[in-house]
Amino acid sequence: MTRWIRDYGVYAAVLALLVFNVLFTPYFLDAANFRTQLVQVSPIVIISLGMALVIGTKGIDLSVGSVMALAAALTALYLGYGAAVALVVALIGGAVAGAAGGTLVAYVGIQPIVATLALLVGVRGLANVLVPQLVEFRNPDLIALGSSSLFGVPLIVIIAAALTLVVAFLVRRTTFGRQVVAIGGNRAASELSGLPVKRVLVLVYVISGLLAALAGVLATARLQASDPTSLGMFIELSAITAVVVGGTPLSGGRIRVASTVMGALLMQLLSATLIKHNLPQSWTQMVQAVIILAAVYVTRERVKR
Amino acid sequence: MKRTEPLLEARGITKRFPGVVALDDVHLALGAGEVHALVGENGAGKSTLIKVFTGVYQPDGGELRYNGAPAGFASPLEAQRAGISTIYQEVNLVPMMSVARNLLLGREPRGRLGVIDTARLYGHARAVLRGFGLDTDVRRPLRSLGVGAQQMVALARAVSVDAKVVIMDEPTSSLEPREVETLFGVIGRLRESGIAVIYVSHRLDELYRVCDNVTVLRDGRVAHTGPLADLNRLKLISLMLGRDLAEVKSGGLTRFNRDQGAVDGTPVVEARGLTRRHVLSDVTVSVRPGEVVGLGGLLGAGRTETAKAIVGALPLDGGQVLVAGAPLPRGGTKAAISAGVSMLPEDRKAEGIIPGLSVRDNIALAALPSLARAGVVSDSRIDRVVEIFMRRLRIKASSPHQVVSELSGGNQQKVLLARWLAVRPKVLLLDEPTRGIDVGAKAEVQALIDELAGEGLGVLLISSDLEELVEGADRILVLREGAVVGELSGENVTEAKIMAAIAERAHD
Repeated sequence: MTRWIRDYGVYAAVLALLVFNVLFTPYFLDAANFRTQLVQVSPIVIISLGMALVIGTKGIDLSVGSVMALAAALTALYLGYGAAVALVVALIGGAVAGAAGGTLVAYVGIQPIVATLALLVGVRGLANVLVPQLVEFRNPDLIALGSSSLFGVPLIVIIAAALTLVVAFLVRRTTFGRQVVAIGGNRAASELSGLPVKRVLVLVYVISGLLAALAGVLATARLQASDPTSLGMFIELSAITAVVVGGTPLSGGRIRVASTVMGALLMQLLSATLIKHNLPQSWTQMVQAVIILAAVYVTRERVKR
Repeated sequence: MKRTEPLLEARGITKRFPGVVALDDVHLALGAGEVHALVGENGAGKSTLIKVFTGVYQPDGGELRYNGAPAGFASPLEAQRAGISTIYQEVNLVPMMSVARNLLLGREPRGRLGVIDTARLYGHARAVLRGFGLDTDVRRPLRSLGVGAQQMVALARAVSVDAKVVIMDEPTSSLEPREVETLFGVIGRLRESGIAVIYVSHRLDELYRVCDNVTVLRDGRVAHTGPLADLNRLKLISLMLGRDLAEVKSGGLTRFNRDQGAVDGTPVVEARGLTRRHVLSDVTVSVRPGEVVGLGGLLGAGRTETAKAIVGALPLDGGQVLVAGAPLPRGGTKAAISAGVSMLPEDRKAEGIIPGLSVRDNIALAALPSLARAGVVSDSRIDRVVEIFMRRLRIKASSPHQVVSELSGGNQQKVLLARWLAVRPKVLLLDEPTRGIDVGAKAEVQALIDELAGEGLGVLLISSDLEELVEGADRILVLREGAVVGELSGENVTEAKIMAAIAERAHD
């Protein structure tokens, strides 16, 4: 039973919330409302995919919010060369930040929480130096990236869904994905088994950085403004929450991609529901705390007999 | 020894788990001052019985009696308070805390205001440990001690809590011979002061040295109980295995029976002058195809380090490793593995299995690159390899998808062997391949080593079990303090010669 809750609890919770809303929340099924929910959660989903990989190696990446800000700053700086160039530069920036974190963790041997905490502070500073205040823009390509839809589905939602499939494939079907899980499960054994442990670790942080940068560009496109000062503030906590609520243990060695997305959806739906029913934001936070604890409780390591 | 009412007694204890009867009508009587051997294969019920004695499990049937009265321990703490102390195979202490704190954890001498009185703490700890032949700085963190010394601290802790019964689960598995002697001395003192000991071990020598009586468990039932002196070794093994006496005898005590002739041919792996400060000095080893080379020596003699150095898991100050004549690049195990040299580590839990992954994923781990195309793994190829090795090594799992940490030690070891065989090595370095696994699995692993060598695999065998070393190896190098002190081959491969080689240098 607890095993079932651990594996499918998050799906059941999302389903229950959906049913509740369909029955009791006016206009919930209204397409515009539903779309807003998905668009809002998409950046968190994209970032939590990278976070799930990092947590799978027993690591953590606190720098994702600052990397979003860096991407926003780089986008503003390079938008003059066209949206495509700006996107590529922003992604490179994210990859470099990730590589820096990964190198500190894998080669220098600094604990992930400390290494990425340094980046959280430093990269945010860098982004603010590059673009000190909010910059609005009118580049039609970038605006389109943030607001266009395909068959009624916002582009950003499609991107998040596609990336979910890519990361799920990566984890399940590739050598890299299996190695990520093995390293999180037992690093010493992985080293003795000839796995390229350090390279895999760096790559994991690079992927997290890339995804955070992409989320940063998408959020910037939606805002139609680059805002390095506040963009992505505390999003690392939402991403970690999504991963944990999705049942990926912080102790590593196990990655649940689809459930991570469900975890993000659950938190989003929850706050939307409570707000719609006129409960203040502070209530949402307390309920979220309960859910996080419940998730950690069911995924905790069972003491072996 | 006169015995009246037993001190601790199990009367018809039964314990069921979903799907299994772990203990079935088990009787065991333990008198004061008695050292009682508890033996059996893994899964025979030894651990369950110990856990019933120590209050971890509640029996489903039968009666536990202690001090002549019915007793039921609701928790390990209750059993401890009543005077039943346990030392587990793996040290269950706090590695970062000082030796003294560990020794007296929960019973620290306190001064006014409840503050720990460190001077008294250290003094008391020093006095206690000296009685156990351990003269060490008790302020050092426990983890800075060797595993053997840590085990002695655990033992001292268990005994010093006014125990009436001390249960020792494989207490010598990480001790050096000198420490084993100290342990036996301690057991002797316990016996004299009327403390009863339950001694669990796979090492027959030890059992015959220290135990008065024995209880053999098999499949949750008592297969035999009585004075140990009445049983010879073969009889004891046959009781544990539940096999015919003749069958055990025909194979010798181990399962090796390959022809141990001289093996010709050029070495497939050759390590020259391996040197690392304080660890290895100028160790030269070579293994030819089809040859089993044993590494003998005491704990800490550099056997594990030699194997690790060969696969590149230990940085070196000097020396090189040649595989088929070509030098191996240093730095990481990858080069060695792709050249065909793999190592089965001694510590299964820390360096071997990936606990959260399935049997299948654990087996496929090292061979993944060869089971994938462009980085995408092929499930069908993995399934095929996994199936072949699960069948060949007779790995007992409910399915390839069962989580590996749920398997018994012996089956986990086979999973690790399968992991290495799947990369098709030319040489396997086996570090204590049969340590801590049950007798049946041990025999199977030994037979497999024979078979593999027969097929042309070179094997470097590290074992603390002299008998295993002598019967398994064609040639033995004896190490001491990181250097090769002797080489034995042909008729000279005997337990006596190995011990002589170790002893010879010890008194230099």
